Amino acid sequence: MNEHTTRSGAAGHGSPKITVVDLWKSFKGKEVLCGVNLEVHAGESFVIVGGSGAGKSVLLKHLIGLIHPDRGHIIVDGEDLATAPPAVCLALRRKFGMSFQEGALFDSMNVFENIAFPLRRHTKMSEAEIQARVAACLDLVDLDGVATKATNELSGGMRRRVGFARAIALQPEILLFDEPNTGLDPMTSAVIDSVIIGMRDKLDVTLVTITHDMRSAFRIADRIAMLRGGQILAVAPPEEFRALPDAYIRKFLAGEPFEEDVA
Amino acid sequence: MSARAVFLRPLTAFLECLGGAFLDLVEEIGRFFYILYHTLYWTFRRPFDGREWMRQMVRVGVDSIPVVGLTSAFVGMVMALQMFRGFERFHAESFVASVVSLSLTRELAPVITALMITGRIGSALAAELGTMRVTEQIDALYAMATEPVHYLVVPRVGASALMLPPLVAISNGLGILGGWLVSVNLLGANPVVYWERTFMYLDLNDVFSGLIKAAVFGLILAVTGCSKGFYTTGGAEGVGHSTTSAVVMGSVVILLSDFFLTKILF
Repeated sequence: MNEHTTRSGAAGHGSPKITVVDLWKSFKGKEVLCGVNLEVHAGESFVIVGGSGAGKSVLLKHLIGLIHPDRGHIIVDGEDLATAPPAVCLALRRKFGMSFQEGALFDSMNVFENIAFPLRRHTKMSEAEIQARVAACLDLVDLDGVATKATNELSGGMRRRVGFARAIALQPEILLFDEPNTGLDPMTSAVIDSVIIGMRDKLDVTLVTITHDMRSAFRIADRIAMLRGGQILAVAPPEEFRALPDAYIRKFLAGEPFEEDVA
Repeated sequence: MSARAVFLRPLTAFLECLGGAFLDLVEEIGRFFYILYHTLYWTFRRPFDGREWMRQMVRVGVDSIPVVGLTSAFVGMVMALQMFRGFERFHAESFVASVVSLSLTRELAPVITALMITGRIGSALAAELGTMRVTEQIDALYAMATEPVHYLVVPRVGASALMLPPLVAISNGLGILGGWLVSVNLLGANPVVYWERTFMYLDLNDVFSGLIKAAVFGLILAVTGCSKGFYTTGGAEGVGHSTTSAVVMGSVVILLSDFFLTKILF
């Protein structure tokens, strides 16, 4: 992290929930992450922004152990995901709920079965308890009357929200959102943001979101990190982030091309 | 460009191509055995998803009966027709029944059934898992602390290995019936003698070894389909490629392993 890094946004939040130390990853010789360092504090909403191909999704998938790093550490509640044995990794994943870009709903199941899946898999809840929990999850994401619908009957925004509901079914400690607003119109995008804010306020969770939508980032973030060229360029709370003097960040916020990238 | 360079460039390209193909082959074999190992590892671990096992067994077994039955009956009919024309040259028509039953139970029924199921199920497994891979559904399983091999691959491979033997048993029966129908109704064979000769040289070991072959073929075709789907990359085109190569690779491996199994079992 460079001179722009600040901790003030984490004021009032707890100790680090996730710590990423010197994370490196390359694919077919191309470096995607080049020594990423960051800390996510318990209970905060941490948003990672960056341009297309900056390595945001790769970084997020590292946090839950979907991708193994070439080098570095991902420490979750004191356990290193990079070196932990498979059984510990599997147990650590129970702490996470993840929402994927297009929802990643199981298309062989309807909405209810999708949300009930982790409950059936990991708990001994009765059918009545599962029904109650699914209804509560759908209520939390402001969805009503969709439980029996097939996933292909849902709109893009609804798919995301069903994905959110499935992610919170097991009451995780950490929620990860992979580009929750991509491909959505501004109004639906605002609805998705309000659902995320609602989850942050009602649930005792730590949120990590990756997005390239700055309007959404400012709405939902306690702190924003900028990822560029496989490294964290800056971390700051929204107001401070807006005022950062870095030329790339200023261009990114203004939605203008950056000379070095164009060249 | 020097004469040496002119000579070396195509040679280097050829060796690169050869090396690349060899590495691809090693990668394929590695993936096959990785999925096989993890399937065996997870088969006896909880939770046991009985409903999914049943669904896959119906899909592989019950739903395949019409296509397996039809092809087997016609294979038996063609066998009878061909054997009769050959055997009548040295007045051994009465042995047609024995040859049909032996060749069906020992060889044709397991292989034909396995190839039909590779086309029907191996391709479907590759397409299904491949689509789940490219739409991040497999990542979602990992994210929900669910091992995808346990949830997706184990019931599919298990169902395939369990349902191939009954399908081959049906194939044996219908193949022999097809041969009987052609011999008796078309070629004028004595129905009672044909029936007697069908079982005269047929040993229980012939039938059982055919069923063992079927179970191994079931395992091979399902692991091939699943591993192809599991490692799919590249969107819709990647799914198409996985589906095609699941059928090609599955069929080739079945035919190769058939030789070694025959050598071991007979």
